[in-house]
Amino acid sequence: MREGRPECLLDISGVVKTFGRFRALNGITLKVDRGEKIVICGPSGSGKSTLVRCINRLETADAGRIVVDGIELDYDVRNIRAVRRKSAMVFQSFNLFPHLTALENLTFGLTCVLGLSRADAEERGRQYLTRVHMLEHESKYPGQLSGGQQQRVAIARALTMQPDILLFDEPTSALDPEMIKEVLDVMMDLAREGRTMLVVTHEMGFARAVADRVVFMDSGEIVEDAPPEEFFTAPRTERAQRFLGQILKHRSGTEAAP
Amino acid sequence: MQASGMTAPRLPPAKAATGFWSWVRVGFFSSTGSSILTLVMAAILVVTLPPLVRWAFLDSIWQTDDPAICREASGACWAVVAEKHRVMLFGTYPYEQQWRGVLVVALMVALILASTVRRWWTPKLLMAWVAGLAVALALQFGGFLGLEFVQTTMWGGLPLTMFIFVGTIAGGMPFAVLLALGRQSDMPIIQKLSAGYIETIRGIPLVNILFMAALMFPLFMPEGVNFDKLLRAQVGMIMFFAAYTAESVRGGLQAIPRGQYEAADSLGVSYWDRTFKIVLPQALRIVIPPIVNDVIRAFKNTSVLVIIGVLDLLGGTMAALEDPEWTRYYVEAYLFIAILYFVFCFSMSQYSQKLEAELKSGRNY
Repeated sequence: MREGRPECLLDISGVVKTFGRFRALNGITLKVDRGEKIVICGPSGSGKSTLVRCINRLETADAGRIVVDGIELDYDVRNIRAVRRKSAMVFQSFNLFPHLTALENLTFGLTCVLGLSRADAEERGRQYLTRVHMLEHESKYPGQLSGGQQQRVAIARALTMQPDILLFDEPTSALDPEMIKEVLDVMMDLAREGRTMLVVTHEMGFARAVADRVVFMDSGEIVEDAPPEEFFTAPRTERAQRFLGQILKHRSGTEAAP
Repeated sequence: MQASGMTAPRLPPAKAATGFWSWVRVGFFSSTGSSILTLVMAAILVVTLPPLVRWAFLDSIWQTDDPAICREASGACWAVVAEKHRVMLFGTYPYEQQWRGVLVVALMVALILASTVRRWWTPKLLMAWVAGLAVALALQFGGFLGLEFVQTTMWGGLPLTMFIFVGTIAGGMPFAVLLALGRQSDMPIIQKLSAGYIETIRGIPLVNILFMAALMFPLFMPEGVNFDKLLRAQVGMIMFFAAYTAESVRGGLQAIPRGQYEAADSLGVSYWDRTFKIVLPQALRIVIPPIVNDVIRAFKNTSVLVIIGVLDLLGGTMAALEDPEWTRYYVEAYLFIAILYFVFCFSMSQYSQKLEAELKSGRNY
């Protein structure tokens, strides 16, 4: 880390990913500094989910380099696990463990991966459940929670691992409109703490409020990469204009107030 | 039809179909076809039931040590069970030592009953099983504290059936889980080996496997090296059980959504932690019914051991019937052990249904 210049936490260059004959990522290059909040948007099938899933190796890139905090993702299992410890992911479908309580969902990673004692894990788990206002539900199972509550527990689960970078893969897309706000509020709190976040979302209000940069993807390529005020007021490309036109028309009803 | 404005006539409410006669009408004579079927079944019962009752209960002999009395009676000779139950239940185990077999069976049944209580599904139960099995084996073998040593070739009957059954489940279940995981593995060699094993064993009859274990296996071993025949049979049973149960377990593994694997992976969880703490607890719960099916089959499959000369419950019964005085009462003897097998298997089936209902109701997990 050099003085005056923020540390580069995530360095993606020339990443290609194909599914059969479909080219999901077509040479992606993206650098993210520590503390930066990036919102990735784009039409469905543009490769934005695939991109964040390549960062923690849920998908394996076919070509290109991904370096997270100095660790290069290659075929060394130790490196993959090291990157997964530095990152944490929040999924569209929550993916809580249904046979564990809310608190156990949090302590599982702490005891299994970080090797905390049960007592320490529970203490830290409760701390993060409090952060997402879910402490009173700690002994409930995911099946007994609403979608918004489940997603907040999932965010707490990601936070307990104290990752360097948080990856969000469409965290509000599976939620009923009235629950989107409670999840976005939690995410905005996190953004204000200066965490490094990579968020795939269609919530443009969220992007406007907290993003340092908005990355617009289409057909497996990064088409625009600009600060939100620039992206929303003066998109340079016709593709971005068309996307914004569609999404703002359809999603304005559920926008969270910035 | 009358003009509109007319109200329909008020009818008395339809008589509720209750009482014995309406039950008969609805259940047995609701249509011509059903009436015919009822009459045919009734005719069959009228013809078969009275002779059966007469044979089994009215004209039967319940207690005698003289086969001549049975021969004169026209009904069943249940006395064969009373007379020969020691051989049926304990095979060729020394007569004066058979109380040890009673204790072994009682111990096993107690352990099985204890295992049905979900609250007790803890590591302590596993320890109880290990300790219980050790005590049971020690009792069965003897050779200490003045207990006569009894070698495995003398074992027989219900204790032997229980040993083989418990051994098959205890050895076969972990093996089955490993095979199922192997078949789902990303590693090609492990995947191929597991799939190959499962398909091979499933393609061979159990009798064939037991023959190979009993007869062929010793041929491949160097001179002087020999394993106990019972142990070889046990290994054969485990191999067979594991191949079938692996497929049941695999069904559960396939039902676990990909998101569960991804959530665990994204936390940096290792393969084994992911498998044993996230995937298997969910997968095994789903496959309780097919696994109970496999377990029931394993219990009944112990009777195949007769073929390689191991005197299990069925073998003990066959041995008992070798007595020329009693050999003609095989129907009664086989009915008796059929009831024994049925009691065991039906209890298991009932338990699994109860367990399934319990897991379905209440909280999600």
